[in-house]
Amino acid sequence: MNRKQKKMLTRIIVATLLMVVLHFVPVTGVIRFLLYLIPYLIIGYNILINAVKGIINGQVFDENFLMAIATGGAMAVAFSGNTDDYTEAVAVMLFYQIGELFQSVAVGKSRKSISALMDIRPDYANIEHDGETESVDPDEVSIGDVIVINPGEKVPIDGVVESGESMLNTVALTGESVPRKVISGDEVISGCINMTGVLRVKTTKEFGESTVSKVLELVENASSRKSRSEAFITKFAKVYTPAVCILALLLALLPPVVLMISGNAPAWGTWIYRALTFLVISCPCALVISIPLSFFAGIGGAGKAGVLIKGSNYLEALSKTKIVAFDKTGTMTKGVFEVNAIHHSDMDEDKLLYYAAHAESASSHPIARSIVKAYSVYGTPEKSRVTDIEEIGGNGITAIVDGIRVAVGNAGLMEREGIEYKDCHKVGTIVHIAIDGKYQGHLLISDVIKPTAAQAIADLHRVGITRTVMLTGDAKSVGESVASELGIDEVRCELLPEGKVSAVEELLLEKGRNDMLAFAGDGINDAPVLARADIGIAMGSLGSDAAIEAADIVIMDDDPLKISKAVKISAKCMRIVYENIYFAIGIKVICLMLGALGLANMWLAVFADVGVMILAVLNAIRALSVKKL
Amino acid sequence: MKKTYPIEVDCANCANKMEEAANKVEGVKTATVNFMTLKMSVEFEEGADPKTVMKEVLKSCRKIEPDCEISF
Repeated sequence: MNRKQKKMLTRIIVATLLMVVLHFVPVTGVIRFLLYLIPYLIIGYNILINAVKGIINGQVFDENFLMAIATGGAMAVAFSGNTDDYTEAVAVMLFYQIGELFQSVAVGKSRKSISALMDIRPDYANIEHDGETESVDPDEVSIGDVIVINPGEKVPIDGVVESGESMLNTVALTGESVPRKVISGDEVISGCINMTGVLRVKTTKEFGESTVSKVLELVENASSRKSRSEAFITKFAKVYTPAVCILALLLALLPPVVLMISGNAPAWGTWIYRALTFLVISCPCALVISIPLSFFAGIGGAGKAGVLIKGSNYLEALSKTKIVAFDKTGTMTKGVFEVNAIHHSDMDEDKLLYYAAHAESASSHPIARSIVKAYSVYGTPEKSRVTDIEEIGGNGITAIVDGIRVAVGNAGLMEREGIEYKDCHKVGTIVHIAIDGKYQGHLLISDVIKPTAAQAIADLHRVGITRTVMLTGDAKSVGESVASELGIDEVRCELLPEGKVSAVEELLLEKGRNDMLAFAGDGINDAPVLARADIGIAMGSLGSDAAIEAADIVIMDDDPLKISKAVKISAKCMRIVYENIYFAIGIKVICLMLGALGLANMWLAVFADVGVMILAVLNAIRALSVKKL
Repeated sequence: MKKTYPIEVDCANCANKMEEAANKVEGVKTATVNFMTLKMSVEFEEGADPKTVMKEVLKSCRKIEPDCEISF
């Protein structure tokens, strides 16, 4: 609790004690009124002052005004009606303040827990000058400076490791709890926490351009992009408060006048009391506070899971998503080539890879690299064992390894060498291997599907996505096989980058009026498509400025499961938002009617105001928990 | 020019009202108040002096919300 809240708590306690004491004091008339005025002023003086200030500044009809009129009115009615029951007016003020205090504490708590999630802002950087280190403001470090990061410290600025070796905790950025190992030459991203070793890092960006600054900027600006529900609430509050005040005035004046005209007693006291009750019920706080809080909590919860949502409008749109389009390479697949299978080989796997890797050891072709990588579990190729390397452009390589002639390449190479080979029915790049003029089988090299991709698609279908579409620049055979393996509904292949944009435009025309279309891509090549879709989701974008700028939602690691998780988070958040809207307005309307009919007293009115608000705030905070989704 | 200032305000509705009031001040191009992070970001008109403009902003915010605070 901060100073302001503690002061309020003291006021609440003092006023409550006074009320208890006054209950046993047997005085009547003016003295009783004056005595009760003491707790009333203690608990409500700021409301009364603000109400007066509001009127002076032309701000009638705000909450302070409502409370001042309602409780002041109740005091006056009790005094003039000689009922001497001032408890109600003071209690109403008391409960209103308790509610305000609770709201302030609850909002402060959730604000704190969300900012703790985003507690990645580094306070200092250890800059190195001639072997000495000095702590400075991260802003003062320029590009190319060397900074030292000790274990337990945050990486303040993006850079490349000069020396040192350590494990980095990226959980605040990605939600991924497995630490990442870095050695010299690796890039490090600001916002990670250095866990084990001392790192010397040469900075590659200024602090303001570093990942941590970009991410913080994004999070801090998130709730300024308002959703339609929030805009609705703001507008609603603007119309609602004056409307209720006018209704209350009519309720106080019309029935007595009608009664007078028809010759009955006007019963002013009763009707003014009803009007005041009406006013207390009417405070729109529950809505005005809980709706933005729900979105804030939802965005905070998503951030905790490594999904950055740039505004509550996107959170809202995401919950209405019916079509999800994906890029293939880098989104559903790892985007790296790997030896996936070895077929028709009589030789031992390690032996075969030994020859292939040695023959390919001098080549920088991605296929060659993937073969060397596959061999790396057994060892590193020794270049001295290889001679007479000959690259046959577009076909492959021949070389002498340990004095034996090895040919590694495609069908064309085998035909050239006059060696009979077996074709493969699997999709991917086939590399045939012949050793000493004899066919020894082939390697299947293909892009690897991410382990969670299939589950991600299944999850999306389960949470109400009706169409999943894969857009890829790859060949038809590759695209279709990946799509069918993952259970993706449709696939469009051999698309150029512009083709992806027009494919998304076609899909936009086909969707329903209120449905949304999301596109998930790796963010670097897909920027135009990300911009064109209703919601652009950039994946694996840690450290990529382009992706953070172009997308509406940024998934910090490259796990496709996070796409379905983001949809689930948005659905939960929107469910809470609607619950609160219906609940708050529903209870208010019912209580307003009861109040107008005289069935509700001020106690119920206070519940309708404060109680509904507390329940709505508690409900809103639920949006923060996203673990089990 | 765009600057962000920490603010103190108690309720979300008041924050909305502050935003409205700030936007009406001369020299302010756009102002957004973020109740959740308690920040006000103000984009100033060309040539406006942030200090004098912010004084006006605080003055008009105090009118609608006497308890509010802007640190600049």
